[in-house]
Amino acid sequence: MSEPRTTVAPAPAVDLDAAYRASNIEQVLEELDAELVGLAGVKTRIREIAALLLVARLREEQGLTTDRPTLHMSFTGKPGTGKTTVALRLAKILHQLGYVRKGHLVVATRDDLVGQYVGHTAPKTKELIKRAMGGVLFIDEAYYLYRPENERDYGQEAIEMLLQSMENQRDDLVVILAGYKERMDTFFQSNPGFHSRVGHHLDFQDYTLDELMAIAELMVQRQQYRFDDASREAFREYLVRRMRQPHFANARSVRNAIDRIKLRQANRLIATGGQVSKDELARIDAADVRQSRVFDDP
Amino acid sequence: MRLTQGTFSYLPDLTDEQIRAQIQYCLDNDWALSVEHTDDPHPRNVYWDMWGLPMFDLKDPAGILLEVNACRKAFPNRYIKVNGYDRRYGRQTVGLSFLVNRPPVEPGFRLDRQEFADRQVKYTLHAYATEKPVGERYEE
Repeated sequence: MSEPRTTVAPAPAVDLDAAYRASNIEQVLEELDAELVGLAGVKTRIREIAALLLVARLREEQGLTTDRPTLHMSFTGKPGTGKTTVALRLAKILHQLGYVRKGHLVVATRDDLVGQYVGHTAPKTKELIKRAMGGVLFIDEAYYLYRPENERDYGQEAIEMLLQSMENQRDDLVVILAGYKERMDTFFQSNPGFHSRVGHHLDFQDYTLDELMAIAELMVQRQQYRFDDASREAFREYLVRRMRQPHFANARSVRNAIDRIKLRQANRLIATGGQVSKDELARIDAADVRQSRVFDDP
Repeated sequence: MRLTQGTFSYLPDLTDEQIRAQIQYCLDNDWALSVEHTDDPHPRNVYWDMWGLPMFDLKDPAGILLEVNACRKAFPNRYIKVNGYDRRYGRQTVGLSFLVNRPPVEPGFRLDRQEFADRQVKYTLHAYATEKPVGERYEE
């Protein structure tokens, strides 16, 4: 008598496309593409992370062991390159992929973490970490936490608490550290604990002139204004000049410039008086742009 | 004698997963959560000790569960409860309050009778645990 041979049925294959569609990532990534200009490197990395998380989830469904990937990140780049905006998007993406439970973003700086006197730091940091749980904790200009020149600085305490929760509460919290590249590098060098716990380093490049123009168009459009040909040309010229000046903060400078242009446009319309058409209310005149102080210098 | 106090007290003790779900319910209702502990089991004892401050604007149960576990670690032999405070005008009271920790051994209560004028009798509850001073109760 021979025993009946048992055949092991092969596990059903996973439909990657269906899983991909079901997760709605494509939609979020497309939004990311449409609303954020440039940042090719950052977008690629976010795509990779999204793919990793999706595959991790499929593996889990199939009963394969999966370590929960660590997603603590550092964002480096000049001011106005979109670090906070990307962090906000990322929180949403991670939520959609089921990596974080709530997907809210808590933005903090040194002031929110470090206390004023002995014993004040730990509760303050803990409070913030608790608030960020289930979401993303974004620490802007993280290097200010570490002040080597003052050995009694309470920043060190905040760093230790952060490190501890980045390790122990990995399931509840994603920490993103952001700041200027050079200073972040020194910060990581002097805090090796951070360096080893931060898996992803994303560098935000400065925007080119064309990208800045595209950003400006997008901003103007979103606020339901519009450039005409002359003012578009004027704004491009404005950007060329502004980029040469100190304290140029990429997209933030563009936003501020547009805010001031809106002021001047309103002023011009009031000064002109009389009847005004809907189109005229939305149109930005070249004169509105050219009144800027940036055009004063030769 | 198993102490029954607060919401869910006639159910078996909640697991962490169930506690998390109840906390989530509080958060969904926008209630502020707090953790309190005591070693005086009397039902009329309303003055429990606060474990840290009440927690406002938290989004996820993990933060509160973290405090619950920290409190359990510090006072494994005390009663610990989680309160959800509904701050809405017109309510302004605790909307949900349930035990999340109890001492391993609960000695229970004794009924004391006091003889009184005209053969009246007054009754009072006496918790055996309170025979010891605060801080030494429920210790093995």
